[in-house]
Amino acid sequence: MTTTSPAARTTRGRLRVGAGRQLHAGPITYVVLIVAGLLSILPLYWTLVAASHTQNDVLSLTPPLVPGGRLFHNLATAWQQANLGKAIVNSVVVSGCITAATLFFCTLAGYSFAKMRFRGRGWLMTAVIATLTIPPQLSVVPLFMMMSDIGWGGHLESVIFPTLVSAFGVFFMRQYLLEALPYELVEAAKVDGANNFRIVLSIVLPVARPAMMVLGMLTFVQAWNDFFWPYLALSQQNPTLQVALGQLSASYTPDQSIVMAGALISALPLLVVFVVFGKQIVGGIMSGAVKG
Amino acid sequence: MATSTPTRDAHVPPPRRSAPPPPAAARGSWRSRLWRFDDKASPYAYIAPFFLVFGAFGLFPLVYTGWIALHRVEMTGLDQMQWVGWANFDTILHDSEFWTAVANTFIIGVISTVPQLLMALGLAHLLNYRLRASTFFRTLILTPYATSVASAALVFALVFRADGGILNWLLHFIGLGHTNWANGQWTSKIAISVIVIWRWTGYNTLIYLAAMQAVPTDLYEAAALDGATRWQQFRKVTIPSLRPTILFTIVISTIGSMQLFGEPLLLEGGTLGATGGNQNQYETLSVYLYNYGWKLGHLGPAAAVAWAMLALLLIIAGINLLVGRFVRKSAA
Repeated sequence: MTTTSPAARTTRGRLRVGAGRQLHAGPITYVVLIVAGLLSILPLYWTLVAASHTQNDVLSLTPPLVPGGRLFHNLATAWQQANLGKAIVNSVVVSGCITAATLFFCTLAGYSFAKMRFRGRGWLMTAVIATLTIPPQLSVVPLFMMMSDIGWGGHLESVIFPTLVSAFGVFFMRQYLLEALPYELVEAAKVDGANNFRIVLSIVLPVARPAMMVLGMLTFVQAWNDFFWPYLALSQQNPTLQVALGQLSASYTPDQSIVMAGALISALPLLVVFVVFGKQIVGGIMSGAVKG
Repeated sequence: MATSTPTRDAHVPPPRRSAPPPPAAARGSWRSRLWRFDDKASPYAYIAPFFLVFGAFGLFPLVYTGWIALHRVEMTGLDQMQWVGWANFDTILHDSEFWTAVANTFIIGVISTVPQLLMALGLAHLLNYRLRASTFFRTLILTPYATSVASAALVFALVFRADGGILNWLLHFIGLGHTNWANGQWTSKIAISVIVIWRWTGYNTLIYLAAMQAVPTDLYEAAALDGATRWQQFRKVTIPSLRPTILFTIVISTIGSMQLFGEPLLLEGGTLGATGGNQNQYETLSVYLYNYGWKLGHLGPAAAVAWAMLALLLIIAGINLLVGRFVRKSAA
């Protein structure tokens, strides 16, 4: 296991090289990775511990280190205090709509950029990528006024519509379709007399399905966790889960255990998704990073 | 992602021949005209949603922000705009709190980005070894990515609490004194950076790991033949091959740190967030914008802050460009 060998060494006449990939990891590597892994989940563990005790216990001189028995009581209290039922429904609606729309529109646009010829394709793609660098902060003031003008002020539409399509999604689908969709398939469908939209429905969408799965999860995570604009745009009566959480903590004397119970409720669905699909999400981020 | 877009013509449709004639349709008939229209218009129709949404909710508001910044607009009467010229810019540029926020944003940006990217580089290198349970480790360090800013900030607020915070308890345990994390100039910035580092290190690690796995093995073989040690290989092969990726993560992290909002807003819980602490010690530009526009209700100055952020962003982009050019030159 622990080959701390010099960079180059001949084994059976073949050269073994020091590319990290080829070498087995030593014990130190495992120790460091285990520590990093623990640090990654400790705060979540602490959320659970704090959410299952009283505030007094959590903040006492000798804080508890294992979960206690007040979890359900705290969850119920948080549920009532922060209007979490409504917030969850709102979060599901917002994230669901954004994910569905993003998948559809980004696949269309990605297909167009990957496999269709049209004037201005190059610089339009550059424009798409350039929009990634514009922080939402720069446009929230007029956005807020616009939303109030068209009657969406405080409504979920004001959160859903600005994020219906994402530049990252367009780019992600384009990269995938460049490689995964053989042009012959499209050509063949054309010869058979299919129009473009028909090709999208019966060829592009099925081919794109694995990438759409990954993009869907990434988009859902992002939409579910989004904080800045929803916090500005939505009212206290109509919050998403994250907004409700922010408001819960911004009350005058928040009970920390109740706040942590709320944090747990907001984190739990995604953690479940993560445990089930972690591998795909990891793969998605890694493939989005280098292809191209 | 930024390593992107060399258009690969191999994968791209061959130069358009005259569209394959649809079966059972004579040239010039309405069906073939429809066919050609479909071919011409479809690509634009498919990319239109992105540009429409971005134009309406991104680009137009961005420009309009500049117009609002020259007006007096109050939260209490959104449809009344009153021309005030440069007054809003005057107000914020003469507000010491604005400059505190600029400095805070900059400092927090540096002390969160630099360690985060260095740690990510190191972890990626370790994950690039032949490992047991490598998928498990990758997923584990990515877990924080699945948590929201709000939940992360709130649990760290509890960890960093002055009285009854678990961190102070631990420090006390090993004989280190009592720190009022949120109240100190530096300690509060460190606390916020810790939240940022915690959430994003795993993500950047995977980006680096992906780039490392794309480095061709022959490069390492050649280096090994020349007698390079592992550390030399890391420095002379891995790092240079990763340069575009590193530049990309720096740009993304910098833009991200310009936007820090939830972490400072929720650091202490309670009502202090909107001012970034009792001495604005951890108030960032986004929090300042929020405070002016949504707490005090003056949208004009808030819009001016947005344009100040745009200016800062351009300056940072310029610096990045210069540094990138310098790095490339010194490599050549």
